[in-house]
Amino acid sequence: MTTYEAVIGLEIHVQLRTRTKMFCRCPNRFGDAPNANVCSVCLAHPGMLPVANGEAVRQALRVGLALGCRIPERSKFDRKNYFYPDSPKAYQISQYDQPLCAEGAFQVPGEDGGFVVGITRAHLEEDAAKTIHVGGEAGRIAGSGSSIVDFNRAGTPLLEIVTEPDLRSGEHARRFLTLLRATIVATGASDCDMEKGTLRCDANVSIRPVGSTGFGTKCELKNMNSFRFLERGIAAEIARQTALLEVGGRVTQATLHYDPSSESLTVLRTKEEADDYRYFPEPDLLPVAPSPTLLEELRAGLPELPVARIARLRDTYGLPDATAATIALTPSLADYYEELAALTGDPRLAANWTMGELSAHLNAASLEAAASPVTPPRLAALIALTVAGTVGSNAAKTVFGELVADPAVDAATIVERLGLAQVDDADELGAIVDAVLAANAAEVAAFRAGKVQLIGFFTGQVMRQSGGRADPKVVQALLNDRLR
Amino acid sequence: MIDTLGLTAERAAALLDAREVTAEELAGAYLAQIERHDGELHAFLHTHPEQTLEAARAIDARGRSGLQGVPVGLKDLLSTRGVPTTAGSRILEGFLPIIDADVVESCREAGLVSVGKLNMDEFAMGSSTEHSAFGPTRNPWDPRLVPGGSSGGSAAAVAAGMAPFSLGTDTGGSIRQPAAFCGIVGLKPTYGAVSRYGVVAFASSLDQVGPFALTVRDAALLYSVIARDDPRDSTNVGPREPVSLPSGTSLAGLRIGVPTDQLAAGVDPGVRALFDDTVALCAALGAELGETTLPHASDGLAAYYLIAPSEASANLARYDGVRYGLRVDAPDVHAMYEETRRRGFGAEVKRRIMIGTYALSAGYFDAYYGQAQRVRTLICRDFAAAFERFDALVLPTAPSTAFAFGDKVDDPLAMYANDVFTLPVNLAGLPGLSIPCGLSDGMPVGFQLIGPAFSENRLLEIGHALEQAIGFDARPPRLSRGVA
Ligand SMILES: [Zn+2]
Repeated sequence: MTTYEAVIGLEIHVQLRTRTKMFCRCPNRFGDAPNANVCSVCLAHPGMLPVANGEAVRQALRVGLALGCRIPERSKFDRKNYFYPDSPKAYQISQYDQPLCAEGAFQVPGEDGGFVVGITRAHLEEDAAKTIHVGGEAGRIAGSGSSIVDFNRAGTPLLEIVTEPDLRSGEHARRFLTLLRATIVATGASDCDMEKGTLRCDANVSIRPVGSTGFGTKCELKNMNSFRFLERGIAAEIARQTALLEVGGRVTQATLHYDPSSESLTVLRTKEEADDYRYFPEPDLLPVAPSPTLLEELRAGLPELPVARIARLRDTYGLPDATAATIALTPSLADYYEELAALTGDPRLAANWTMGELSAHLNAASLEAAASPVTPPRLAALIALTVAGTVGSNAAKTVFGELVADPAVDAATIVERLGLAQVDDADELGAIVDAVLAANAAEVAAFRAGKVQLIGFFTGQVMRQSGGRADPKVVQALLNDRLR
Repeated sequence: MIDTLGLTAERAAALLDAREVTAEELAGAYLAQIERHDGELHAFLHTHPEQTLEAARAIDARGRSGLQGVPVGLKDLLSTRGVPTTAGSRILEGFLPIIDADVVESCREAGLVSVGKLNMDEFAMGSSTEHSAFGPTRNPWDPRLVPGGSSGGSAAAVAAGMAPFSLGTDTGGSIRQPAAFCGIVGLKPTYGAVSRYGVVAFASSLDQVGPFALTVRDAALLYSVIARDDPRDSTNVGPREPVSLPSGTSLAGLRIGVPTDQLAAGVDPGVRALFDDTVALCAALGAELGETTLPHASDGLAAYYLIAPSEASANLARYDGVRYGLRVDAPDVHAMYEETRRRGFGAEVKRRIMIGTYALSAGYFDAYYGQAQRVRTLICRDFAAAFERFDALVLPTAPSTAFAFGDKVDDPLAMYANDVFTLPVNLAGLPGLSIPCGLSDGMPVGFQLIGPAFSENRLLEIGHALEQAIGFDARPPRLSRGVA
C-alpha cells in the first residue's frame, strides 16, 4: 500500500498596527461605530488617489527582515480587479510580481531537531470592508434579504506572507505559525490575534506518495481561527485526501471550510478555472525603493527575536527546549522570567513559578506579565520564603493568591498575618505524631508487619492535624524515628 | 455692460485693478453671456449664478489684487464640493463631491470665481464632446461643427466669451485638440506638474489638468495657479521652476525640430499649409529649424488605445451603484451591477471598458498591455533623442479642423485617428501647447509645440512670440456680429 506525505503551504494575513489606513488618513482602529472611520479615499469617490502609508511600509519591512527575507531594491503596487461590495474601488491595491519582501527562510526549533520553512514572499495590500448579510444565519449570505457594508476596515494595511510548501503536517503548521506569530509580535508590527482577526491563515494542502517530488492536487483551507483548529483542520484534510486516493479516487481542487465543532470539512466551492484578477501595475502609486540606510536602521531596531531567545534561555538558564520555547514565545513573559531568575538566583525554580502559578494567574486575568500586580520582586520574596523552608508549597500557593489580591503587602506579612509559617519544631510536631500513631494502632501494626507504604498515610494525617503547616521533612524524620 | 467676447483674463484683472468694473459686475457679464449663448452652444452642464455672484461680492468686499475676482470655468470631471460633478455621465448624475479637487482649491485660493461646470465627452472618452450623456457642445465658430473633445465645453466657453479662461484635462489630446478646433490656446502640462487629486480618473498614467485661454499669457497665468506639489497625488511633483509670464517676441537661439515622418500621416491640405507657414514664421523669428523623426510615434495610437482603456476599465469599476451615483435596483448584487452599469454608461465608455478588460485578461496581458508599455518606452526614447538636438518640436495639433456632428461618431477608428499628433505626447508624459495659427475655410487651425518634461516656461515663451507675430483674432465672427 502506498504511504503518502502531506505538502502544506500557508498564506497568512497580518493586520499591521499603524495609526492610519494603508492609503488614506482614516484611523486604523476597530470597535468604532460602523462607517465612522471612512473618507472619500477609502470609499473610492471619483478622483480620489491612494497615498502609501510610510509607517505600514516600515512595519512590513521589519517583519520581512525578522523572517530573514531578502528586501528587493524596488517593489511596486498592482491592482487586483474584482467586483464585490466590500471592495469600494472594485480593485484591491496589492503587490503582484514585485513584493516588498522576497524569499526568506524561517527556522522552527524543537526537541525533534526542528525544521526550516521557506518564505516565498511578504507583500503589502489593503483589507476589504466587512459585509454583513442581514437575515442570513450568522451573517452569512444564504437566506439573507439584504447586505450592509461597514467600511471601517476597508483600506487598512495587511501584510500577506506566503510560505513555500515546506510543511508536512498540521503539527508542523501549528508550530510554525506559533513561532511566526511570536516573531511578528516581537517586532511590534501587529498584535496577531487570531480571534480578533488580526492574524488570519489559509492553508494549501496536497498529498503525494512518499518519495515522489511532484505535487498532488491542492485544496485550500480557509480562515482557520486558532492554532489548534489549524492543526486539526489540516490533519482532517490530509485524512480526507488520503482516504480518497486509497479507494482509487482523485482529489479535485476546492476551497474548504473546517468546522471545529463538528470536526468536519465543508466544500465552499470547487475551482473550475483560475480566477482572473487582471493584475496590472497601479498607476497612482510610485514604486517603493527602501534605501540601504533605512533597512540598516530597521534591522538595528529589531528586538531579540523568539528563535534567538529560545536558544539563549536554554543555554543561559539550562531550561529544557520546550520550557524555553513556551516562555520565549511571549516576550513580556520572558522578560518577567529573566528578572525573576536573576532575583532568585534559581532559574529552574523561577521557571516552575513562571510556567505554573504566574501563567495561570495571567491567563485567568487576561494580563500581560508586565501588568501583573505580582511583580518579580514580590514573587522572588515568596520564593525565598519557600527556599528557606518558612512556607510549604501549599501555603505558598495561598500566599501567591494573596499577593494577587492585595498589591500592597509583601509575602512575609501575609505568611505572618495568616499564620502560614511552616512548623518545624520537633517537640510541637512530635506531639502530633504521637497522637496520630496512638489513634491508628492497627495501621501501626500493619506497618511494622511490612506494609511500609502506610508511611504516606501517617504523613498525610500529621499534615492534616497541623493545618498543613508542618514541615514535611521534619515529619518524615519524626515518623521514621517513632516507627523504627 | 462689458463685452466679454475676446476679453482676456489679464485685461479683466486690469479692469478690476482700475476699478472700472467690480468682480460682481464682471461675473454678471459672463453669466449674461452664458445666458445669451449657452442655449445654443451647450458648453455648460451646471451653473450656479447665485453662488458665482456671491463669491464675486465677497471678493469685492474684502479688496482684491492679482487674479482675484476673475471668473473661471471648470471641466465637469473636476470635483467641486457640493456642486454636481458628473464627468458627462449618467452614472454620476446627482453626485455631489464632498471635497474639492486640488486644482479647484488652487483656483479658489487664487480668488478665481467659478461660473460653472463644463460639458465633456463621458469620462473624457472622445474627441468631439458628442459622447456627453447630456448632449453635445457646439463649436462657437460654426454650430454645425463639433468643438473637439473631450474638453469641448471648456474650449467653447472660452471661445464664446462665457469664461475668460477655463480648466480641462488632457489624456490623449483632450485640451489641445478642442483648443485648436475653437481657435484658442490650450496647455497640456508635463505629467506630474499638476495634481490629479479630485480629478475623476480616465487613465491615471496619462491624465493631466491644464488651462484653456485666449492668449498664451493667460494660459501661463492659470497654469501658475494650478501647478503645485500636492502630497495627495503620489505621482505629482509640481513644476520644477516657478511659472514665468512670457513676454519675448524673438525665437533667436532656439532650436525647433519638425518630425517630418509624422507629417506623412494624412493631414488636411489647409491645415498643412498653415502649419508650414507657421514653421517658416519660427525661422523668421530667429529660430534654428531642423528635421527629425519619431520612429515609434506612429504606433502610439495603438499603444494608447490599449493603455488608456486598460487603466479606465479599473478606474471606472468603482461606479457600481453601491455607494453613490446611479443605482438600478435588481434582485441580487450582480444583477444590480449589470443593470446600473448598462444604463449608467454610454456606448463609447462601454467599448473602452471592454477593450481594457480584454487587454488585461490572463493570456492576453503580455501581448496587449505589456506590448503597449514597451511601445510607450520606445516613444519616450524617440522624444528624448529628438530633444538632444532640439528645444521644442512642432506638429499640427490635429490633422483637420473641426468636423461635423455625426461625421466620426459611428466610426471609432476615425475618431481615434484625430488624436494622432497629440497622444504620443501623453504617452511620453511631456508638455504640449496648442496655439491658433490661422483659419482654414473659416475654421481655426492649431499649431502644437512639444517640449521636454517641465519645459512649460520655454514652450510658453515660444508660443507667446509666435502668437504676437501671428496676430490671430480669437473672436468667432458670428458671435462678434451678434448673430447668435
Ligand atoms: Zn479613509
